[in-house]
Amino acid sequence: MNEKLDERLTTGHDGVIVNTEPEKKIVADMLWRGIKVAPAWLVLSFLIWGTDGVASGAYGIALVFANFIAAAGLLTWAGRISPGALMFAALGGFILRLAVLTIAVIAASKISVFAPVPLGITIIVSHLGLLVWETRYVSLSLAYPGLGPARLAQKQRKEMK
Amino acid sequence: MIDLLAQADNAVDGLKAVGAGLGYGLAAIGPGVGIGLVVGNAITAMARQPESAGMVRTTMFLGIAFTEALALIGFVVFILLNFA
Repeated sequence: MNEKLDERLTTGHDGVIVNTEPEKKIVADMLWRGIKVAPAWLVLSFLIWGTDGVASGAYGIALVFANFIAAAGLLTWAGRISPGALMFAALGGFILRLAVLTIAVIAASKISVFAPVPLGITIIVSHLGLLVWETRYVSLSLAYPGLGPARLAQKQRKEMK
Repeated sequence: MIDLLAQADNAVDGLKAVGAGLGYGLAAIGPGVGIGLVVGNAITAMARQPESAGMVRTTMFLGIAFTEALALIGFVVFILLNFA
């Protein structure tokens, strides 16, 4: 096991590996799955809405990914400080991320290829779709917080190679 | 007469923008309360049982993301009203 992995994982009771920062792992897994599905969604967008649809769909996917990364990053950072900071990061982060999303979309609306319908549909479908998909791989046990044991082991094997 | 119609058209556009902004703001209130409840209860759980913090944080993160989807729906309505 490499040193980087050691930093993120600690050994809990009975030698069970415990993931101390589950948000990062969940989002990394979610994004990996999203990257694999994104081309299919972009092809579908092209078939339905044309070139504008592809550009707006790609922008929507990028916004959703950035939103997940920002949420996980903020919560992980605050989780190391205190529960109060976690509360602040969750609520402050919610407002901040919504504000950034609004500014990003208003800024993009000036571009000629901007298409609101594919952008809106992409944002909702990718956000909810990735979340629902991820719930299949998340474990809710004390021994394996974050990703389930099978998924975690699979990722560890990949990281160790 | 044409001026009056042009003014009415502008007023409708303005009202649409105000409605979109108000709708977005109102749509963000519910998720805000929801996220507050999720995180508040997660912190209570972590304080009661620190060894379950990892599991609680997993649930909390997913809960926040699902609750945020409601705000995103409001955001998409805002986009559609303003730019479609």
